[in-house]
Amino acid sequence: MSTLLALLTGLIFAAGIYLILCGNFLRLIFGLGLASNAVNLVIFTAGGLSARRPPLIAAGQTVPTEPVANALPQAMILTAIVIGFAIITFVLALFYRHQRTEAAAAEEGRR
Amino acid sequence: MILLYLPILLPLATASLMVMPALPHRLRYPTALTGSLAQLAVTLLLLQGVLDAGILSAQTGNWPAPFGITLVADLLSAAMVVITALMGLAVILYAQPAVARAGGGPLAFAHVLLAAICGAFLTGDLFNLYVWFEVMLMASFALMTGGRGWRAVKGLTAYVVLNLLATLCFLMAIGLLYGLTGTLNLAHLHLQLALVDGDATVTAVAMLLIFAFGIKAALFPLYHWLPAAYPQLPIYTAALFAGLLTKVGVYSLLRVTTLLFAAHQAAILPLLLVSAALSMLLGVLGAAAQGDVRRILSYHIISQVGYMALGIALFTPLALAATIVYLLHHIVVKTNLFLIAGLMRHLGGAYQLERLGGLYAKSGLLATGFLVAALSLAGIPPLSGFWAKLLVIRSTLDAGHLSLALLALAVGLLTLYSMTKIWQAAFWHPAASPPAGTAPGAATLWMGAPVALLALITIFFGLGIEPIFQFATHAAEQLVHPQIYVKTVLGG
Repeated sequence: MSTLLALLTGLIFAAGIYLILCGNFLRLIFGLGLASNAVNLVIFTAGGLSARRPPLIAAGQTVPTEPVANALPQAMILTAIVIGFAIITFVLALFYRHQRTEAAAAEEGRR
Repeated sequence: MILLYLPILLPLATASLMVMPALPHRLRYPTALTGSLAQLAVTLLLLQGVLDAGILSAQTGNWPAPFGITLVADLLSAAMVVITALMGLAVILYAQPAVARAGGGPLAFAHVLLAAICGAFLTGDLFNLYVWFEVMLMASFALMTGGRGWRAVKGLTAYVVLNLLATLCFLMAIGLLYGLTGTLNLAHLHLQLALVDGDATVTAVAMLLIFAFGIKAALFPLYHWLPAAYPQLPIYTAALFAGLLTKVGVYSLLRVTTLLFAAHQAAILPLLLVSAALSMLLGVLGAAAQGDVRRILSYHIISQVGYMALGIALFTPLALAATIVYLLHHIVVKTNLFLIAGLMRHLGGAYQLERLGGLYAKSGLLATGFLVAALSLAGIPPLSGFWAKLLVIRSTLDAGHLSLALLALAVGLLTLYSMTKIWQAAFWHPAASPPAGTAPGAATLWMGAPVALLALITIFFGLGIEPIFQFATHAAEQLVHPQIYVKTVLGG
């Protein structure tokens, strides 16, 4: 399973880098989105894949009685997703302004 | 230790206060200035605390060390935080004529940036370092694009994309490190990584981290975003970035090479050595070809970062001390040179050398300030840059790299060439066309005061090098022997 996920991550990351290098602003944004999701998959895979119980402790106890899944990688991914989302939003705004200035410059050139 | 939180919390509080609609317009700039002064005061107290009591640490939320987020201040962190606050103060003073009437909007983001930089210097946790990097990036985006029009978007694209790639690689390295060791606390990683066998995996992680920090520090071959972006910025923003942002990358390199990969250096250091040497050479050659003051200064950042990386790559206690001296010296001088470039534009009307001229006749004080900063950058005794370069060259000779020592000397000479070029064209040579700049006035005073302050610091740094060198040696000892750092963080 990890091997499969590792290959998949590599594929997604490569696609992301390819899109970034295309020289087109919109593709660049999609590329960044793909690459950041590939990185999230890396954290998820490296954190250990296991079909264990969620890390909940029964009432009245202080430690879990049986092996539970590690919640930390998921917390890290969640943080990374939030930050990645904010950045994609910013780059989209940058893209929008870029288009408008380009359009304005082209308009000026025509006159 | 509340002192460890304050350098981060104070600027964040200042920034929040500044964007509150209830705050009257005329109080915004004074708020930014007061916040900056308060930050400088607490960082000085922190430095005093570290000098008195050794390495300090604090566990946020009282979560014990390897589980929660730890803040640590050793000598290096404390010194970096002080100098960050000082540069923040200088730039905020300098920006007064530009932003005070507009309510000082960009200064709120400058405070967020200062908080993030201090956070990066003080954190003892790798994931937390990633978060501070992202905060830094977002604040710098806001400062770059919000300041004025959007003409500069093209130059910014390279900055945005390369820095995003850097943080993605950083994040990937964090994921892999967590998979390898089950911890992200720097001190705990120091212990756990020594137990990991399988050199290949650790080397792969180290390469990812060096790639990420190399982009941040603008090392060869990852520096192209820097000269594309910095000349496009408002000059006070450029000064803040030029002084501090690349140095966060150098600091992070210093931390991971000493703390994380102390046992896996064979693969890392030769790579850093080559990259450092080429950064020095190509940066200075790039600068020699430019005719715009900001572009010349931007390229010189790359070559100077090369000297610092060279110190890390040599990895002897003396070389690390040299890197620390270089860091402190360079932050002051480079910030000052960008501030001076702004004043040259203010008085002479342009950044292009062919359009500048006669500035010496216009303002002898500005010329003196430029000479101090420029000669220090080039390494003329007795200014700070001379000692920094001397220490780096001495450690290359100790390590038996004669060719690197010669290269460092040649790069110093070429730096002097670029600085002479600016001096000749802008200060000495009479103006070709009637000067377009403004006459000195109240604005010049706001802009001139921080320049004078930083120039004085450069002079005293050079004259009083002995205590600073002692300090850097102690800081380097703490880096080479991380046992005390680890013990302070993990307890026991």
